Order: sequence, then structure tokens, then C-alpha cells
Amino acid sequence: MAKHTLSVLVENRPGVLARVAGLFSRRGFNIDSLAVGPTEVADVSRMTIVVDAAAQPLEQVTKQLNKLVNVLKIVELDDAATVSRELWLVKVQASPDVRAQVIEIASVFRASVVDVDHDSVVVEATGSTDKLEAMVRLLSPYGVRELVRSGLIAVGRGGKSITEGRALRLTA
Amino acid sequence: MEMTGAQAVIRSLELAGVEVVFGHPGGAILPAYDPMLDSPIRHVLARHEQGAGHMAEGYAHATGRVGVAIATSGPGGTNLVTPLADAMMDSVPIVAITGQVATSAVGGDAFQEADITGITMPVTKHNEMVTTPDRIPGAIAEAFHIASTGRKGPVLIDIPKDVLGATLTRFEWPERVQLPGYKPTVRGHSKMVREAAETILAARRPVIYAGGGIVASGAHEVLRRLAERLELPVVTTLMARGAFPDSHPQHLGMPGMHGHWTAVTALQKADLLIGLGTRFDDRVTGKLDAFAPNAKVIHVDVDPAEIGKNKPVDVPIVGDVGTVLEQLLEALDALDGNGATQADTSEWWTTLRTWLDEHPLRHDQQPDGPLKPQTVMRAIDAMRAEDSIIVTGVGQHQMWASQLIGYERPRGWINSGGAGTMGFCVPAAIGAKVGRPEAQVIAVDGDGSFQMTLQELACAATERVPVVFTVLNNGVLGMVRQWQELFYDRRFSQIDLGQDVPDLVKLADAMGAVGFRCEEAGEVEATLEKAFAVGDRPVLVDFRVDPEEKVFPMIPAGQSNDSIIESMDEWNERKAAAERGEGEDLTAGGPPS
Repeated sequence: MAKHTLSVLVENRPGVLARVAGLFSRRGFNIDSLAVGPTEVADVSRMTIVVDAAAQPLEQVTKQLNKLVNVLKIVELDDAATVSRELWLVKVQASPDVRAQVIEIASVFRASVVDVDHDSVVVEATGSTDKLEAMVRLLSPYGVRELVRSGLIAVGRGGKSITEGRALRLTA
Repeated sequence: MEMTGAQAVIRSLELAGVEVVFGHPGGAILPAYDPMLDSPIRHVLARHEQGAGHMAEGYAHATGRVGVAIATSGPGGTNLVTPLADAMMDSVPIVAITGQVATSAVGGDAFQEADITGITMPVTKHNEMVTTPDRIPGAIAEAFHIASTGRKGPVLIDIPKDVLGATLTRFEWPERVQLPGYKPTVRGHSKMVREAAETILAARRPVIYAGGGIVASGAHEVLRRLAERLELPVVTTLMARGAFPDSHPQHLGMPGMHGHWTAVTALQKADLLIGLGTRFDDRVTGKLDAFAPNAKVIHVDVDPAEIGKNKPVDVPIVGDVGTVLEQLLEALDALDGNGATQADTSEWWTTLRTWLDEHPLRHDQQPDGPLKPQTVMRAIDAMRAEDSIIVTGVGQHQMWASQLIGYERPRGWINSGGAGTMGFCVPAAIGAKVGRPEAQVIAVDGDGSFQMTLQELACAATERVPVVFTVLNNGVLGMVRQWQELFYDRRFSQIDLGQDVPDLVKLADAMGAVGFRCEEAGEVEATLEKAFAVGDRPVLVDFRVDPEEKVFPMIPAGQSNDSIIESMDEWNERKAAAERGEGEDLTAGGPPS
């Protein structure tokens, strides 16, 4: 099993998320992360799905996804040729005596502190999953009260666009 | 002219070319039943929505056109789930239209509310809840397009009652449906087609493994041209009976768990499988890694997700099988022009002919012994009209009907293959007869399967649909009994139905049908003669058959297709041998599941 990142372009219609999710659950695949939002094309949404699966069953799911009428295009993103990011919000326990240390850790990871209270701060960080995990490892001794992850979003490197081309022309 | 949503539904159905719908009215769908009175569309009133769904399937199977089922919200819709799942499995083009509670009440647990688009998501090719009246014609046009193109299948359109009652701002019927996310591939990749042609010419032991896609695509004639041109042997799956004539000298029979010995074994020993519109289903392959171990595979299917799903493929071709076969013939012409020649298949044919001679289907009908179901099947085969349609339920009777009746043309055989839906027969036969009134429709059911939907006899009577319903009445759930005998050491559990309840002759009378009973082999032909002579009303024939009879050949579950067993005697010998430690334990895989 390995992690795979799929970019799925869908028509923005009711139920499309349920249809896509249903095809994964039907085969017993657990979705690691899922991020959905509109794109630069009207009525087209993009889902970034990270799933832990062997290649052969994943190919079957991809083919089944392609058969959904509201699914326009699916691209499996190759790690090496992809920029992928997550946004994490971390609420860290930080009394005044350690607050500076927490802020320092955040700044090392180019994260920013977006909220401060008597004994807590909220750190906003973006980056690759590895980097963010490293940051939280360092923050955890202070006490992580909440961790909120946006889910991975990813885009291929270079000038090529997956939203260009025949598949989307009719809705563009 | 002002038009309501309900009128738009009926107008859309007319524009889609619908002549008949099968349905059952109720609260939320009521508005649509009023404009029906002013429409030339015929409505067949089923006694249960499941019946309406299977009737739509039977109609679609028999005619190749889209079948339509209509039901109300809540239980009306949920009763359609089984036929939708059945149509999904067997790629049957049907459109279901359901009423829904008013938009303002959706999601609020209103009376007769069910989330039918949510419920049917996995068992439809597509579905949609329409939320504005203007969307009705577009949604229905798309439903017919999606149901009847690519890999065919069921589509459900759910319409809230207030949308049915609202007035359209304009009625726009799309002349051409354009869906950005739905573009089935029709033509095969030319390079792959050429490779397929070369691979076929090089094969010494080729077999065409023809599936239901041949029927769906209308590819039976081009299949025959290909088979005859290269003298290729053909097997036809349960969904493809009649796609290649049974009487054709190149036809080897049906493959699979209860298939013909030669068809099963030919696939096992082949050096090339030419899979056409088929999905390498577990009922055909048996133990997958022991299936056709030495064969290269060419797989043509309109559904890319089927290619390589179960069996690795050497030459994959996505496309409509009829179109691809035409391309294949052109590729063969081109290769001929270049002087290519076909490998010698004469040795293969010698082997196949020997197998066909040595492994016919056998059954033992003693003149004074209990009536064997096979005797009834052979009599039906001999006496039916040439252009008849056989429709079955699910169980032993289905296997006997597929094995023992000869199918010469497509759409003359209708059954529930993938889903194995008991109760399919009665309503599907009604749908078939409504679609093809000029054809003789003979339903072959078992007493278990029959009792799941027998109330539709009333529909056949009141709608004047003169199907000849035959029931192989052995008083037990025969296939379950067979498994319990073979795999559970004759510990029979919950299989007894009793041959006398219901009394089928009295039932026929109560249901407005003509009833006959036959208990002896010598009376079968005379009974069928009387049944076939009725003509203007449905007929129900109670054939009292031997409950001990089992379906052979049979491949025990989890076993390689090489383990095919042809008779009870062979089963007993092999079982005894296994107990002595010689040979494989036939029950090791457990009962078929």
C-alpha cells in the first residue's frame, strides 16, 4: 500500500461528493484527506483526495470514478512533479513563561501566530505534510489542544494545466 | 401554452419515444398520473413497484429500447431498488421516475419520504433529484441518453410533488444531449484492433467468449461473420444466450458454474480468449487464478472499468463491441492483403468435436418415474414458436432453461444474471410480452421464485397480457436444497414450500388466468399444447417435478473449472475418492456463495 494523490475535477452538483466518497468506501478504502473547492472554471470543483491503496485496486476505483457522469477528469499526481500543501491550525497550550518559545518554534517553520490568549496561542502553518508534522512534534511537549488540518491540496509543476482541454470545454 | 411539471414529465416521455410505462401511482407522483390520461402512452398497472421495475427490464430486454418504471415517493421508490440493482448488474437500459415529497419537506422525515437518490446511488448508472420544473425535460432527456448509450443501465429521476405542480417558464427539449463528463468510447483503438487481429490469426486454440454486450450492442451478426470467417469456436454466457445460434456447428454452449462441459473446458484449454462484451464474472471463471491458465486474453468492452478488472488482459480494447468487430474484420482484410495466414486450428477442432460427442447433457427420465424438469424443458424447446421469448426466474429452473432450450437469436432469452433476483420471471415476462406482443412469451419459473412476485398474474390478466407461465414445481427451494444436499450432508434447512400451497390451478383461476397441471412425463406435450392454444389470456401451468433432481454440470465453489462434475454419480465417485485421500475435497471451498 502506498499513498496516492488524486485530483478529481467534478461538476459542482448536489450529491457529487457523496458519489465520489461512496466509490472509495464501497471498496473499503480509507480516504486519508479530502479537500474540495471551486476552480477558475465556473461550475467546476476540484477535489484533492489522498488515499492509501495498492496500485491495482486504485486503478479500478479511478476507472469507476471516471464513469460518474458528474466527474470530468481525474489525474493522479506524481509526488516528484507536484507542489502539495496543507494548512494547519494548531492551538497550543502556552502560558506566558513559555509563550516566547512556542512563537519561536512557529517562526522557525515560517508559521504565524494568529491568536493569543492567557495560556494559549493558535499557530497557522502551511507547507508539506512532513514539515507540518515536524512542527507539531516540537510543539507537542507544550500541549496541543486542537489540531485542524485543511487536507492536502496539490498542483502539478510547470505550465501545463489539468483544467484545460476537451473534458471541460462544454462547461467553460 | 402554460405547462406544469407533471405535464412536462409526460410530454418528455412522449418526446423520448416512450409508448408504454410500467408503474404504480401514489401520493407524491399523483400529479403525473393526471396528464397521463391525455397521452397516447400506455400505462401498465403493476401490483407492486418491484413488478413495475422488472416489467420495464423485461420490456428493455425484449425490445432493446429503454423501459420506464414509475413509482411514488418513499416505499414506492424503495420497492424499485431491487429492479434497479438488477438492471445495473445486467446493463439493462431503464429509466425510473419517482415522486418525492415537496421540496420544502425534503429531509424532514415527511410522510412517505425516502432519500431515494441517496439510496439508489450505488445501484444506478446515474440519478438526479429535479428541483425546478424547467429542468424536467433536460433531466429526462439526459436520463434516456445515459441509460441507452455506452454500457447501458438504470437511471432514476426523482421529482418533488411541488415541482410536478409548478408551472414551467419554458419547456425546452434538447435535440442533442451534451454532458461534459459522459462520453462513452465507441471506436476501438486502431493499433489495438490490429494487434487483436494478428493475435487471433496466430492462435491455435482460440475461443470467442461472448457476453451480454453482444446482445446490448446488436453485434450478433458481425460476431457471426467473424466467427465463420476464421472458424472460431464460440461460447455464449448466461447473458448472451442466443447471441450466437445454439444450433451453429461452431457453438460450444454456455460456460460457467452450470455450463456445458465443452464450453467450460474449451476456455480452460484455450491459448486465446476473445472476450467480447463480457466481464469475466466469477460464475464463469470459477477460481480466478486457475481460469484459462494458458490463454492470452483479448478483451473488448465498452466499459473501461471492466478491462482487466478480474483477469489480466493482453490486448485491451475499449469500445462498442459491434463497432470494434467491424474494425477487426477490416483489420483482417488488411492483413489478408499482406498475405497473412491463420495458424492451423484443425487439431483444436478435432478435440472440441470429440468433447462435444463425449459430453452431452444427460438426464434420466424413466417412463413411470417422477417427472424430470429437463423433460419439460426439452418439450418446451420442441414445441415453442420459432420466434418465442423465454423468460426465467432464478434458481435450478433457470439453469435448466438456459442449458436445454435452444436459443437461435438475441433477445429470445431473458433472465436475471448478475444479481440473481428471484421473482424476476413473472413481471419480466409481462414486460417482454407488452414490448413484443406478436411474439410467443413463455415464462419458465420455479415455485420459489414464482411466489416472490406471483401477484403480477393479476396484472397480466387485467392488462390482457397472454404470457404462458410455466412453473417447475418441486415443492422446495431447489437450488438451496441442492447445495444443502451436496455441501451440508443432506441437512435440509428451510427449503420446503410444499407442492400444493398455493394450488397453482386454483390460483390461476383466482387470478384470471387459465390453469393446467401436469404430473407425468407422458402428459407434458399434451399439456403444453393446451397451454399454447389459449392465446388470449395468461396461462399458468403447474409442472409437478422431481425435487431430487439436481443441476449438472456443476463446478464446486472455490474450485478450478477443471473440476467440473457432470452427474450425481460422478460427484459420489469423486467424493468417495477424496475421502480415501485420493483427489481434492469437493466441498473444501464451501457451498457456492
